[in-house]
Amino acid sequence: MRPLPELTPENTVFWTGGAEGRLMIAFCTDCAHAIHPPQLVCPKCWSEAVEFKAVPGTGTVYTCTVNHQPWMPDMPVPFALAVVDLDGAPGVRVTAEVVNADPDSVAIGQTMKVGFLNIDDVWFPRWEPAQ
Amino acid sequence: MTLNAAITGVGMSDIGRKTNRPAILHLAEAARRALDSAGLTKDDIDGISTYPGKADNSPGMSPLGTGEVRNALGLKTRWHSAVPDGPSQMAPIQVAAMAVATGQARHVLCFRALTESSSQTATRRASIPGAGRARLGGWYSYLVPANAMSASNWAGWMATRYFHEYGMTREHLGLVATGQRAFAQHNPAAVMRTPLTMEDYLGARMISSPLGLFDCDVPIDGACVVIVSAADAAKDCAQAPLTIEAMGAALGSQETWDQRADLTTMGAHDACADLWTRTDLKPADVDVLALYDGFSIFVPYWLEAFGFCGHGEAKDFIAEGNIGPGGRFPVNTGGGQLSGGRLHGFGLLHEACTQLWGQGGGRQVADARVAACGMGGGFIAGSMLIRRD
Ligand SMILES: [Zn+2]
Repeated sequence: MRPLPELTPENTVFWTGGAEGRLMIAFCTDCAHAIHPPQLVCPKCWSEAVEFKAVPGTGTVYTCTVNHQPWMPDMPVPFALAVVDLDGAPGVRVTAEVVNADPDSVAIGQTMKVGFLNIDDVWFPRWEPAQ
Repeated sequence: MTLNAAITGVGMSDIGRKTNRPAILHLAEAARRALDSAGLTKDDIDGISTYPGKADNSPGMSPLGTGEVRNALGLKTRWHSAVPDGPSQMAPIQVAAMAVATGQARHVLCFRALTESSSQTATRRASIPGAGRARLGGWYSYLVPANAMSASNWAGWMATRYFHEYGMTREHLGLVATGQRAFAQHNPAAVMRTPLTMEDYLGARMISSPLGLFDCDVPIDGACVVIVSAADAAKDCAQAPLTIEAMGAALGSQETWDQRADLTTMGAHDACADLWTRTDLKPADVDVLALYDGFSIFVPYWLEAFGFCGHGEAKDFIAEGNIGPGGRFPVNTGGGQLSGGRLHGFGLLHEACTQLWGQGGGRQVADARVAACGMGGGFIAGSMLIRRD
């Protein structure tokens, strides 16, 4: 059983947007800075006018790795983990659990799309090849 | 711009795996050896410093805090500090240097103790942050719940990107691992001393691509103590003081492993850029290197961060034989953490001091006078130059 994130004022919208199938990213409404991980104050201009907006839910693999080691007794391996540059949120990257793909096929530059896995009150973004 | 601070003694316990020995016994052994090395007694110690302090968030990662060690060793201190958020595992050395330079203490006992080997089981792996907790907060919470649980995954991302941009291959990292093992064969204190060939390295199981088993350091049980003394107090010690020439601690990107804009660099690059603005020494003045090797990929990053070679050039620098036995810039001459065990940088610093004091035995680098030390991987980093005058 994977550990779950603690839901906080900063991150609740990010972790629950998947309930409506939306990937929600924090933006500063004053300077338009995209903020990830989300914050209550814009790290760039210190404005508190931070709001979440849905982004397209697509992106490009910046880097990746294939994990072969079961870190927990019930962890099925191997699986791919990517870092994805998000479309629609300049400078924002997300850690991406990759599903529905041969782990060894995941590569830098590949385009990905998001889906969600619901556990308790959390909707995990998970990623698969866009084509 | 030399600090009025010096390393005057180092000590390491007998490092082992599955020792089932209480952490405080490892610590006491390391402290005894460090005092002997410095020619001090326990009553000379008036400060104590550690990273991160007692912590229970990862099995065996930090079983001892400053209070327990003070109590157990009967220390009377006028200054104490535990730094969980600082310039890497080097933080306790750096704050101790600042403490003695500002007169807060004269001789500070800096320590690191780990019992990760004895503490880990199939269900409680060492170095899995938040293991066993229901909910995670902070930067871990964007990585661990996505099954990116281990630093080997995060370092694997760095390596994949670096390989992609600069043409490094597993063979280059294999030279790091086999070179350090060759050093370890001359270090009786190293936990892994059997010869390691490139074939062994390449044939080992994958952990998180492109990093395999021998790219990962070894969880151990043990402790290490480094004594940092005020410059005037250091003159009375048994060995030549190892003056702290310069330090760096910059943190230029977010506190997490996946957000740095260029993951072919890391926190080390920030910490080293600052360091060179604080000294007249240059990379060419360095004789021996202690570079954090929690994963082999950190070694080329640190080499480039310190400027021993240019960005993207580490693969050739390594392939040309610069960092192994007999090389111009020997790295982790005691075997490093890959072969010596994970003492969170303290073991690497212990070895650098051993070299500067000329006590490296069969692995001694001739007339080593200046050491470059870099601790930390990913976003955390601390850098330091130490010299024997
Ligand atoms: Zn802003």
